[in-house]
Amino acid sequence: MVQVSLKRRTVASAVVLTLLAVGAAAVQAAQPARRGQAAAPAAAPPLELVTEHVRGNIYMIGGDGGNVTVQIGDEGVLIVDSGFAQNAQALLVEIRKLSKEKIDYIVNTHYHPDHTGGNAVIAPTGEFVGNVRVGVAPRAAIWAHENVLTRVSTSTGSVKEPLIPAQGWPSETYFTASQELVFNDEPIQLIHMPNAHTDGDSVVFFRRADVIATGDLFNTTMYPYIDAAAGGNINGYIDALNRIIDLAIPAANEEGGTMIVSGHGRIADEYDLLVYRDAITIIRDRIADMIARGMTLEQVQAARPSLDYDGIYGATSGFWTTTQFVAAVYNNLKQAK
Amino acid sequence: MYFTRLTRGALAALALVGGSAHAQVDLTGMWGQLVHSDGPDRGVGPDYGDYTGLPLSAAGLLRAESWSDQKWTVPEHQCEPHPIDYAPWGPAGMRVWSEVDHPTQRITALHQTFQWMITHRVIYLDGRPHPSQYAPHTWMGFSTGKWIGDKLVVNTTHIKEGWTRRNGPARSDKGSLTEFWMRHDNVLTITSITEDPVYLTEPVVRSMNWQLDPGYQHGPYPCSARVEIDRPQGFVAHFLPGQNPLIAEFRKNLGVPIEAAQGGAESLYPEYEQKLKAMIKAGKK
Repeated sequence: MVQVSLKRRTVASAVVLTLLAVGAAAVQAAQPARRGQAAAPAAAPPLELVTEHVRGNIYMIGGDGGNVTVQIGDEGVLIVDSGFAQNAQALLVEIRKLSKEKIDYIVNTHYHPDHTGGNAVIAPTGEFVGNVRVGVAPRAAIWAHENVLTRVSTSTGSVKEPLIPAQGWPSETYFTASQELVFNDEPIQLIHMPNAHTDGDSVVFFRRADVIATGDLFNTTMYPYIDAAAGGNINGYIDALNRIIDLAIPAANEEGGTMIVSGHGRIADEYDLLVYRDAITIIRDRIADMIARGMTLEQVQAARPSLDYDGIYGATSGFWTTTQFVAAVYNNLKQAK
Repeated sequence: MYFTRLTRGALAALALVGGSAHAQVDLTGMWGQLVHSDGPDRGVGPDYGDYTGLPLSAAGLLRAESWSDQKWTVPEHQCEPHPIDYAPWGPAGMRVWSEVDHPTQRITALHQTFQWMITHRVIYLDGRPHPSQYAPHTWMGFSTGKWIGDKLVVNTTHIKEGWTRRNGPARSDKGSLTEFWMRHDNVLTITSITEDPVYLTEPVVRSMNWQLDPGYQHGPYPCSARVEIDRPQGFVAHFLPGQNPLIAEFRKNLGVPIEAAQGGAESLYPEYEQKLKAMIKAGKK
C-alpha cells in the first residue's frame, strides 16, 4: 500500500488533477519539449541507454539527457526524473527490464525538459493509489516542488504553450523545506534546495538504500548550469552541495556508503561530491576576488579562472559552455554586491 | 593511450627482461617495501612548490599551486587513502593473493591490499570488460590483467580523482594506469605508467620494488574523521592564483630556477640537465 505522509502540507492542484483525469488518454505520442525561459538542454543526444545497479532496489539509467533513478519493489516502481520526451518510450522499455510492476510515482528534481520531458508519456502507463477523493488514479503521480509546476505550466515570452504538455505536469507538489513519502517499504525524502540550479530543485533521499538522487545539483561531467532566469544562483548551488555532503556518510576510507546519482554523468559517492564542491567553490572564490579587484567580465574570462577544471567539466560548444558558466557566476556575484 | 619517448623506452626495457612466453609467475605472498633514493619523496614527502620531474600541463600547474595542506583539516578529506596510481609509492607493504576457479584451476583474479589504510584492490584475469562510463569510480579503480610472457600487464580505469605527488599535483578522474608486474627471484618490481589528459602532458612513469617477506603482516588501519579545527560549513582550503606564499620556499632554499621547480615534460629528459645548468649559471630565479 502506498503511504503518503501528511506531516507536511501538500498542494495538489485541482486544475492539474482535472487535466490529468481527462487528458491522460489524449497523450498520443511523445512531443518534443518546448524551450522555456532558459537555455535548458532541449535537443536530445543520440540515444544509448545504460542501466547501472546502484544499491539494493535502486538503479540508474544513463544516456537519456538527465540520469533517471529507478526504485523497484513489490508495491511498484518509482522513478526520479523522466528524461527527454522523445526518448520516453525507450526509457519505458529499459524500466520494464528492471520491473514489470506498475509505475506509481515520478519525482521531478527540477523543471528542465531533459528531466521532465518523459512525464507525459510515462505517467499514463502507471497507476497511483491516491487518497479517498482520488481513489486509484489510472496514471502515476508526479511529485515535485511547486515551483516546478509553475515553470512547466507557464507560457513565457513568445512561447504560447507550456514547457511540457499538461499531462506531464506535477500532480503532487510541496512548498515546504521537505516532503516525505514511503514506498516499497522505504522512507523517501524530497528535500528542497532553494535558488541553486533553479528555484525548484529537490534532492531525493532513499533512506533505506542510502542513495541520494541529486538532479542537476551535482554533475560529474559538466559545470553547474546556473539557470538564473529561473532563480538559480551560484551561492545557492554551493549551499546545496554542502547540504548534500552533510547528508552523505561514507562507508570507509571516504568511499562508498551513501551513493549519489548525479544529474549527468556517473554514479558517485561523497568524495566525488567533495571534489565537485571544492572545484566550484574555488572558481567562485577566484571570480569574487577578481570582481573585488574591479575586473570586468571580459577581463575575468580572459584570466581563465576555471582553467584547472575546464578539462573535466568545461565545454567550448553545446548548450552550456565554460564561457557561459563563468559569466553566470560573475553576474550572480556582481548582483549580490 | 599515448606513449612518449620516455614511455617507449620503458616499454622496450621491459620487453628485454621477459622470460618464457607462457609462464605465469606466482605473485602471491607478503611483500615488504624496498625504498631507495626515492625515500625522501615517498617518506617525509616533497616540499610545497617542488613539482620537479612532473610533466604538468598548464591546468596541472595551476591546480598544484592553488593547493593547500589545510585541506586535511576538513573532516570529509581526512580519511582519503592513496589512489591506486600513488598507493604503491606510499607506505606500501603488500599482501597479494589469488582467486582460483576450482574446476579449471585457472587464476581468475589477484587481490592486493596495501599497508596504508588497508586499501583492497582486485585485478581481474578472466577477460571481463571494463564497466560503463556511468559506473562509480573508486580509489583502487577497475583493473584487468593479462600475462605477456612472465610479466603481468595491468590496466586500470574508473579511478577516483587523486594525486601524482603529495604536495598538490592532481590526477583527474579521466586518468588511467598501466602497470607491469615483474618478479625476479624474491624481488617484485612494478613499473607504473599514469596518464591523464587533464593535468599531465606526458605519462608519469615510476618503478617500485618489494622483497618477499613471509613474516610481514598488515596491522589494522581504521580511520575516523573528526573536527580538529572548527571551520565554517563549506570551507575549502586553497590559495588564489599568484597568492601562495609557500611555493617559493623550495626553489629559494635549493637554488632551483622557477622553470625547473614547475616541472613540465621537457624536464623529464636528460638534455634538460644542460639547460638547467645554463639557467643556474645565468642566475635565473
